[in-house]
Amino acid sequence: MVTMLGGVRGRTRWLLALLLLAVAGALIALALSWRPAIAPIAPPAPGSFAPEQVARGAMLAKLGDCAVCHTREGGRPLAGGRPLATPFGTLYSDNLTPDPETGIGNWSAAAFRRAMQDGVSRSGAHLYPALPYEHFTHVRDADLDALYAFLMTRRPVREAAPANRLIFPLGFRPLLAGWKLLFLHHGETPVDPMRSSEWNRGAYLVEGLGHCGGCHTPRNLAGGEIRSQAYAGGIAEGWRAPPLDTSNPAARTWTQEALVTYLRTGISPDHSAAAGPMGPVVESLSQVPEGEVRAIAAYIVSRMGGSPAAPIPPLPDHADAAARAFPEGAVLFAGACAGCHGPGAPMLGQGRPLLSLATVLRDTDPTSAAQAVLQGIEPPIAGRGPKMPGFADTLTDRQVAAVLGYLRARYTDQPDWKKLSAAVAKARKEGAQP
Amino acid sequence: MTLSITVNGTRHQVDASPETPLLYVLRDDLGLNGAKYGCGLGQCGACTVQLDGKAVFSCVTPVSAVGDRPVRTVEGLGTIDRMSPLQQAFRDEQAAQCGYCIAGMIMRAQALLDADPHPDEAKIRAHMQTNLCRCGTHMRILRAIRRVAGVPNDGAGA
Repeated sequence: MVTMLGGVRGRTRWLLALLLLAVAGALIALALSWRPAIAPIAPPAPGSFAPEQVARGAMLAKLGDCAVCHTREGGRPLAGGRPLATPFGTLYSDNLTPDPETGIGNWSAAAFRRAMQDGVSRSGAHLYPALPYEHFTHVRDADLDALYAFLMTRRPVREAAPANRLIFPLGFRPLLAGWKLLFLHHGETPVDPMRSSEWNRGAYLVEGLGHCGGCHTPRNLAGGEIRSQAYAGGIAEGWRAPPLDTSNPAARTWTQEALVTYLRTGISPDHSAAAGPMGPVVESLSQVPEGEVRAIAAYIVSRMGGSPAAPIPPLPDHADAAARAFPEGAVLFAGACAGCHGPGAPMLGQGRPLLSLATVLRDTDPTSAAQAVLQGIEPPIAGRGPKMPGFADTLTDRQVAAVLGYLRARYTDQPDWKKLSAAVAKARKEGAQP
Repeated sequence: MTLSITVNGTRHQVDASPETPLLYVLRDDLGLNGAKYGCGLGQCGACTVQLDGKAVFSCVTPVSAVGDRPVRTVEGLGTIDRMSPLQQAFRDEQAAQCGYCIAGMIMRAQALLDADPHPDEAKIRAHMQTNLCRCGTHMRILRAIRRVAGVPNDGAGA
C-alpha cells in the first residue's frame, strides 16, 4: 500500500517536472520568437524622396509583382484585401499604401526592410510566408529603399484587409518563428564570376524580388520550398507551374530570345501562351526595361540547360490513332476546338503555336491543360495577345477528360494521362475563386 | 446520327453529325434564329444560349456534348406580346441598334440574374465582359440589365 502510494507520488513528481519543463520550453520558444516593435513615424512627405528613387522603386515593384497579390478585384492598386487560398486557409493581403491606420504610413524604412528580409511586421508580429520573404530576404537594401520610396509616395487608401481565416493553430503567429528557422535562409544571392553580368543580374532578380521559385518550386507539407528540388515545378492557384529545370517539358528548347518574347508579350510562337497566374507576371514584365527581362531569361534558360543546337524533333500529329483511341474526344475536338486549333484554322495563319508545341500537353501532370480548357486564356496585356474561351460551363468533367486524352494522344508522343476525369474535377474545384 | 436534345422545355430528335455546333442545330434544324453566328470561334458572344442555366457559346458547343442538359434560347424567355422583364428592359432602354448581338446579350445577362437577382455593377460588368457589340450600345445594354437587377442607373460609370 505504502509502496503503491509512494509510486503514485513518484509518478506525480515526474509529471510535474515534465510539465514544468514543457512550460519552460514554451516560454523559451516564445522568447526566441519575440521581435520588438519598431517605433511608428509620421508619414514621410512624398517630396522627401528623390524622383529617380521613386521611379526605380516603381520598376522594382513591377519586377516583384507586388500589385498582383496586394490588389483585390476591383480595388485600388496596392491597397490589399485580395484573398489568397492556401492549404492552410485563406489569407488576405495587406494594404501597402501609406495610410497610417490601415496601411504602412507609419512604417520607417527600417521597418519595411525588416518585413521584406525577416518577415516581421512593424509591430513585431511575424508575417505569413505568403509574403515570399524567403526570396525577398536576398534583395539588397538600396533596392528595398527604392521600393519603400515608391510605396510611400502612393496615394494613401484607407482600407483594412479582412481577418485571415486559417486552420487551428496557425492563427498563433509565434509559430512562424519555427517555420523561419527551417525555411528562411538569409544572405545575398551568390555571384558567379564565371558567368556574365547579365546572368548574375538575372540570378539576383529570379531568386530575390522575382520570387519565381514561389510557384515553380515544389513545396513540402509545411509549405516550405524544397530547396533540393529547386524549379522542379510547383502549384499556383490550381494551375501547375511547369518545371524550369532540365525536366522542362517544352517541345522546343527555350532560347533566351524566345523566353524574352514570351515574358514580354505572353506568347512565344515556338512554345505556347502564358495562362492562369502567369498572365499577371507577363503584364508586369511587359512594363519593365527589356534588359531586366533579358537577364531573367538568361538565368532561367541556363537552369533549363537545353542546347539550342540540339536537333529539332519532328512535331507529332497522330490524328487517326488518337481518334481510334479517344473517339468521343475526337468528336468534341472537331466541334469545340478545331475552329481555332485545327489544320488550316485562321489563328494558325497568324503564327500562333500548334498544339504539338503546347507545353501543357507534354507535362507529366494534366492540371494546367485541364485549367486551360476549363478557364480559357485571358490576354495578359489588355487588348493584346491570345484569348481562348473557357469551356467550364460547356463541357462536363468527363467530356473535358475525353478531349484531353485525345489531345495528348494526337499531339504528343507521351504516355496517356491516368485518372483524367478525377484530375479535371480537382482542377475545376481548385480553379474556383476562394 | 439521331440525337435528342431539350430546348426551351421541348424534347427534339435531330439528325446531325455529333460534332455539329449546337448553334447550327438551333437555327437550321429547329428554326430558332435568335442566337446568331458571329465569329464562330467563341470570341464575340452573338451565339450565346443557356446550357443547364449557364451562358455558353453555342458556336463552339458540339451538339453531342449537350446530352440531357436543358438548352434555353431567347425564344424561351418571352414573346413579342409577353416579353420577359429583361426583354422589356432592353426595349425600354432602346438597347438594340443593329440587334445582332442582343439575343446573346440577353441570354448571358439572364443567366446572371437567375443565379443572383441583384448583382452589383462590378459583377454585371465582369459577367458581360465576353459579349461584344459592334454598334457600341454597351452602355444601354448595361442600363437595361441594371434596371432588372435593381442597381440604380444614376449615371455613375454609364
